Amino acid sequence: MNIHEYQGKQLLRQYGVAVSSGLVAFSPEEAVKAAKELGTDVVVVKAQIHAGGRGKAGGVKIAKNLDEVRTYAKELLGKVLVTHQTGPEGKEIKRLLVEEGCDIKKEYYLGLVLDRATSRVTLMGSEEGGMDIEEVAEATPEKIFKEVIDPVVGLTGFQARRMAFNMNIPANLVNKAVKFMLGLYQVFVDKDAAIVEINPLVVTGGGDVMALDAKFNFDANALYRHKDILELRDYDEEDAKEIEASKYDLSYISLDGNIGCMVNGAGLAMATMDTISYYGGSPANFLDVGGGATAEKVTEAFKIILSDKNVKGIFVNIFGGIMKCDVIAEGVITAAKEVGLQVPLVVRLEGTNVELGKKLLNESGLNIIAAGSMADGAQKIVELVG
Amino acid sequence: MSVYINKDTKVLVQGITGSTALFHTKQMLEYGTKIVAGVTPGKGGTEAEGVPVFNTVEEAVKATGANVSVIYVPAPFAADAILEAVDADLDMAICITEHIPVLDMVKVKRYMEGKKTRLVGPNCPGVITPEECKIGIMPGYIHKKGHVGVVSRSGTLTYEAVHQLSQEGIGQSTAVGIGGDPVNGTDFIDALSAFNEDPDTYAVVMIGEIGGTAEEEAAEWIKANMTKPVVGFIGGQTAPEGKRMGHAGAIISGGKGTAAEKIKAMNAAGMEVAATPSVIGETLIKVIKEKGLYDQCKTH
Repeated sequence: MNIHEYQGKQLLRQYGVAVSSGLVAFSPEEAVKAAKELGTDVVVVKAQIHAGGRGKAGGVKIAKNLDEVRTYAKELLGKVLVTHQTGPEGKEIKRLLVEEGCDIKKEYYLGLVLDRATSRVTLMGSEEGGMDIEEVAEATPEKIFKEVIDPVVGLTGFQARRMAFNMNIPANLVNKAVKFMLGLYQVFVDKDAAIVEINPLVVTGGGDVMALDAKFNFDANALYRHKDILELRDYDEEDAKEIEASKYDLSYISLDGNIGCMVNGAGLAMATMDTISYYGGSPANFLDVGGGATAEKVTEAFKIILSDKNVKGIFVNIFGGIMKCDVIAEGVITAAKEVGLQVPLVVRLEGTNVELGKKLLNESGLNIIAAGSMADGAQKIVELVG
Repeated sequence: MSVYINKDTKVLVQGITGSTALFHTKQMLEYGTKIVAGVTPGKGGTEAEGVPVFNTVEEAVKATGANVSVIYVPAPFAADAILEAVDADLDMAICITEHIPVLDMVKVKRYMEGKKTRLVGPNCPGVITPEECKIGIMPGYIHKKGHVGVVSRSGTLTYEAVHQLSQEGIGQSTAVGIGGDPVNGTDFIDALSAFNEDPDTYAVVMIGEIGGTAEEEAAEWIKANMTKPVVGFIGGQTAPEGKRMGHAGAIISGGKGTAAEKIKAMNAAGMEVAATPSVIGETLIKVIKEKGLYDQCKTH
């Protein structure tokens, strides 16, 4: 789960991590009020969307007086911002962060991420701040430094110090940088973050080390123990069908094609998409109904697939292990009857309770095309959708 | 022969009184797996599917000599269940549970350093040595005893591959599901090296998916060490970047972890890679025929 920059900064403040002062605004009036409250000569008006590259796309404006704040806020709110991370459809700006202007001397990069190779949280830092860190990694990998963190002791003082020196933070500010990093690590582990990126981390003319931006992503599997983080979820930033799916613990991702897919298991769901594409079709979604799905969940999954107007046919591909074929069959039958299925439906069943599942489908009276294998099913649905 | 588990393996089920665990305990017993104990804190002294239930793993091991545990405990408590299995010095803990917070697994991995127990999973279908011992949630009937090892990050794709092999009369020595999480126990290289040393395994199917670099590392290992043919498949060839495909580990980010890169690495290691999941069996058969291993692998 992602959160907005202003929410990330609030979180950092709670942990004593230095960030510039700022206030969120949902209207031009609120933006002006926020600027008045901040009381600085220059304020920055920043579009709040869940995507990077906002500055380059024109989503960050520097205002020198209150009139300019109002003008920029009017201009940005309601505008669709297209950055390299939003896709061509862009994202509508509904919130602004109004922040005090800041005298930047130098920009750095700081990030915390899980390193899969070591199974440890890793601190990454570079003096090449403000840029896309992937580009830095590509062009000048020697400028990225890493500290692998032992979960027993957490990020240690010496590691943070070593990082600060490697990043060429001015020697008199190293202690502030260390405090920043230790706080950042604490937020990361306390809140079960998956990624935290501070890009840029800045050193100011006044001798502060602070976060100018904050990007947080949280481990979805740990949200059950972080109600405070869950409250920060912004449904406007997510696909409506994906939100509906998440209510039923279904793993659903919208795609561009016209063949709806319902599969159990993430690997098989991906492979089903691959197979449909291989035979010249185009999947409308990724959908893993998971292991513990009930007939009710399967019914909801089916409804979500059908709520996508692009869907011209559905392929159900089930290899039951923990998932029982009869449960899938029951769900499919209920859903097809409830919503009055208008598009072709191809079903391939294999695995636990397969005979029972096939029997239920055969006796349902529904027009269901049975497939003998994944390839057979994919070919059939591609043909039917045309 | 086989790897990791066989007909003598004594299995303990952690979280045995949950509904999923009960269903699969019954299935495992019907398959012939020696399930000697179950553990559910507070239910010690009772029975589940005819299996004695204990309050702690330690107690269960003392009373029954169980050496492998399978974990069906719900995600919030699953990491602790793994620690309990490791603390009891079991040979192996197989964790089926999905959705375990990744930072819990970071701690588990750290705790396991220098300990005896091998972890398989989490978020995996388990391990099966056909016609001897089934530990996990895989449908038993699709498997046949034989000489092809299977190792996979995905549960249902493992079934798909195994099913194809069995239908073609190619049995399996052992199938190991290593799970789809970014932090897991047994990895591709562990399983491949076990298959490499197993005299009864003649060839291996390795099924990967997008995200991370485990497949690339395995391909390098294969090139340097593997004496047996390995056939591959990578799921997620058409997955878009930045979207997490169900598994916590299956995501392409920053242009890394793509199927194309993995397939390239596998080809560079001399591996054949199946173009679609439907031809994993066919691809394996083609390769073992080329290597003159087909007759030995054909089991019925």
